[in-house]
Amino acid sequence: MAETPNRPLSPHLQIYKPQITTVLSITHRATGIVLSLGVVLLVAWLMAAAAGPQYYEAAQACAGSWLGYLFLFGFSLCLFYHLLNGIRHLFWDAGHGFELETVTRTGWAVLVGTVLLTVIAWVLGLTVMGRI
Amino acid sequence: MSKDKLGPAKTGTSHWWHQRLTAIALIPLILFLVGLLPNMAGATHREFTALMQIPITPVVLILLVAAGLYHMKLGLQVVIEDYVHNACVKMALVVSLTLFTFFLAAAGIVSIIMLAA
Repeated sequence: MAETPNRPLSPHLQIYKPQITTVLSITHRATGIVLSLGVVLLVAWLMAAAAGPQYYEAAQACAGSWLGYLFLFGFSLCLFYHLLNGIRHLFWDAGHGFELETVTRTGWAVLVGTVLLTVIAWVLGLTVMGRI
Repeated sequence: MSKDKLGPAKTGTSHWWHQRLTAIALIPLILFLVGLLPNMAGATHREFTALMQIPITPVVLILLVAAGLYHMKLGLQVVIEDYVHNACVKMALVVSLTLFTFFLAAAGIVSIIMLAA
């Protein structure tokens, strides 16, 4: 970049009004980063389980605390968002769904689908555990 | 990129392609994990290890860990390359990311095999 210091720049990001396209785009990256943190904890959980019942119980106690539930809820939300929006990305990669109207519609579908899948997963999980 | 000599060195296409390949692989793998949820939520150690004795569980979990971590590594590398402009810091972060990914993969896969054994 040092070779062309006076090159005209496009207006900076803050100039633009947030739109569903741009907000969903950066959210895909943000959820990906959160999922990476979650994967580290998932591997730690697997290591605890492999280490033996007492370590597994400790890991389960962490996961079962209110902080654990908060993180698991956030993780599931990010997972379903990244999954659904990732499928949207794969359709774009195949050359489909670029019309503005379609982009907006699939964007809202991703948001609605994320909430639905998260709620279904939690109702299922909590029912199995006898919590609801 | 011209000065720091840390460009993709003609591997940019395979980075992009592997990101998509692992994305496609992860769709059924994640759905399998969600399907396991009723068996895993609040399971005791005995219940969890019993689940791991069924071969399909550790097989899919190993694939999930492998594809998930590779997908994570490719994605985080792009994030580093987009936002870190100092060549030395960028290289140090990408190297650390790569080594840490291998550590997580080994730790995850060995744990799964131990649980299945």
